[in-house]
Amino acid sequence: MSAATGLRIPQAMADAILSQARAEYPNEACGVIIGRNGNAERLKPMFNAAASPTFYEFDPKDLLALYREVDDNDEEIIVIYHSHTETEAYPSRTDISYAGEPGAHYVLVSTREEIAPATEFRSFRIIDGVVTEEPVEFIA
Amino acid sequence: MSATVEVRIPTILRPFTKEQKLVSATGADLSAVIADLDAQYPGLADRLLENGALRRFINIYVNDEDVRFIGSLTAQLKSGDSITILPAVAGG
Repeated sequence: MSAATGLRIPQAMADAILSQARAEYPNEACGVIIGRNGNAERLKPMFNAAASPTFYEFDPKDLLALYREVDDNDEEIIVIYHSHTETEAYPSRTDISYAGEPGAHYVLVSTREEIAPATEFRSFRIIDGVVTEEPVEFIA
Repeated sequence: MSATVEVRIPTILRPFTKEQKLVSATGADLSAVIADLDAQYPGLADRLLENGALRRFINIYVNDEDVRFIGSLTAQLKSGDSITILPAVAGG
């Protein structure tokens, strides 16, 4: 996983995540970014099985397929992202309690109306219940 | 009939298994296998169970099947089965 220096993400992937968040509004959007050696290589939007404006969950069947695929390709999950539709792009108590991938960067985006058309894109590490925000570097 | 199965441990639970990602356990059903895992790696059962049932946001699969569809803790096992434990990816 990346060192404690933040998240480096291609701008195109960040744009795609925000587009997905807007497209799936009013429900939360979610997905992962996969890669090797800490590098964000491919974006994989995931179906939100909860289909809710306040909750997201990867379908358990999709989750198994995802981990098998990542394992088969010798990859790792770099980012787990989801959108907050009406609140800020900061991990909620629920996000913290369910954060089960300690090596991942947890990206939150927000599409809340009061900041439109601006959007928020923030990244965090969530380890042992502790949230640490980290800098995001958008690369070409 | 007690089965010997392999169990894939997710990163977040590896502190219990001394960082091993693949371990072996025995039991005729999932409940027995979890008890055996806890005997080998104390504290592991508490991460998987709450009030005697599987925790809602832990997914367990036997080969490719979500155990929720094959009896949860009563899911029957046979030797050579592969059990995968994956915390849910979820939030709000």
